[in-house]
Amino acid sequence: MSDILAAEGKEFHAPGMELFDWGPLFPGGPEWLTWLTKPVLIVALAVAVTAVFLVMAFRRPQLVPRGAQNVGEAAYVFVRDQMARPALGKDAERFMPFLFTTFLFILFMNYAGVIPVLQLPAPSHIAFAIVPAAVVYVMMLVLGIKHQGLGGYFKGVLFPPGLPKGIYVILTPIELISTFVLRPFTHAVRLFANMFAGHILLAFFATVGYWFLIEKLTPAGFGVGVLGFLMTIVMTGFELFIQSLQAFIFTVLTASYIAGSLHAEH
Amino acid sequence: MSNLLAAATVAAEGANNPLLPHTSELVVGGIAFAIVLFFGLRFIPKIQKTLAERTEAIEGGLNKAEEAQKQAQAALASYQAQLAEARQEASRQREKAKEEGAVIAAQIKEEAQAEARRIVEQAHAQIEADRQQALASLRAEIGTLSVDLAGRVIGESLEDSARQSRVVDRFLEELEGRAGRQEQITS
Repeated sequence: MSDILAAEGKEFHAPGMELFDWGPLFPGGPEWLTWLTKPVLIVALAVAVTAVFLVMAFRRPQLVPRGAQNVGEAAYVFVRDQMARPALGKDAERFMPFLFTTFLFILFMNYAGVIPVLQLPAPSHIAFAIVPAAVVYVMMLVLGIKHQGLGGYFKGVLFPPGLPKGIYVILTPIELISTFVLRPFTHAVRLFANMFAGHILLAFFATVGYWFLIEKLTPAGFGVGVLGFLMTIVMTGFELFIQSLQAFIFTVLTASYIAGSLHAEH
Repeated sequence: MSNLLAAATVAAEGANNPLLPHTSELVVGGIAFAIVLFFGLRFIPKIQKTLAERTEAIEGGLNKAEEAQKQAQAALASYQAQLAEARQEASRQREKAKEEGAVIAAQIKEEAQAEARRIVEQAHAQIEADRQQALASLRAEIGTLSVDLAGRVIGESLEDSARQSRVVDRFLEELEGRAGRQEQITS
């Protein structure tokens, strides 16, 4: 348990990349179980929570809502009105099942970062951010080609009409790179980096507090330890906000990418 | 379970590059996302349907309420019109009855007055007749009595009616004159 805190014995070490290295959940376990690590367990829990939430809230929806349905409806309406409709307008309803599920799943994976014992946001492992971003990217391409035709879609994005001819020399390469190369990358990395940095930040303050108040309690270090302890609490609240915000942003971007594929931008 | 609470058991081997995804995690993430999407695509349309139905139900309810309110207002207006008409009718009837009553009262009063006048006049006439009759009979009787008396007193038969009547008239005139004088004296 105290490996990272006193690995070298005497000196304080700020936590680093090793925070994200998780071996198999059962170190001496069989070979076929090595994939089962703590991040995987957290993702599985997020799946379970999302599924249970969806089932409880929407299994038998009543015209007059009760209990879990009220919560589910409030969340649904929030996602629809704040994230889907601004970008998609009247197409919002069609994509809400995907958008709402994505939002909930990412939100619960992120919240694992502040839930005691779990305390690791799953998207701080980039794979869990790449998967939804990749799905959105494929969706964007498929919807664009389906709704505007292969040529129409790429022409609409790369050669937006109504501009002077010379502009296309600069604009087209920029659009090509930003829309088809950087977009999925930034979509995934924005989520990953926020969760990654947030986790390091929290771990750092927690380690400071633990080290200076418990491991090496000295008069000189006491103030630093208290500061670390207080900052841990403050940053936990801040992370909760960032985690919600990132799930929000991921969903808003998804909605806007889909909207760009449905209708050519004017 | 040591890898549940603390990381870095493999720190000695050197940290992995955090920007490179683990293949196993990509697979797990893919499966996980597929599972949640399965639930989402299955259950979220239900709430969408319910929300749409609710919108419809509320709209329908509002329309129905509006309809009912309109009907109620129409009924109220018609009742008020009827009530006003009834009031007008009643006041008209009252006015008419009052007029008729006044006419009848005046008629009755007039009739009663006429009747009263008639009765009084009749009574006067009756009294006058009775008086005349009494006067006449009195006069005749007094005359007879007086003549009988005088005849008896003076022994003179006054059979002749003309003379008789003259004597009586004279006598009566004297009597009336006396009475007149007496009245003058007493008054």
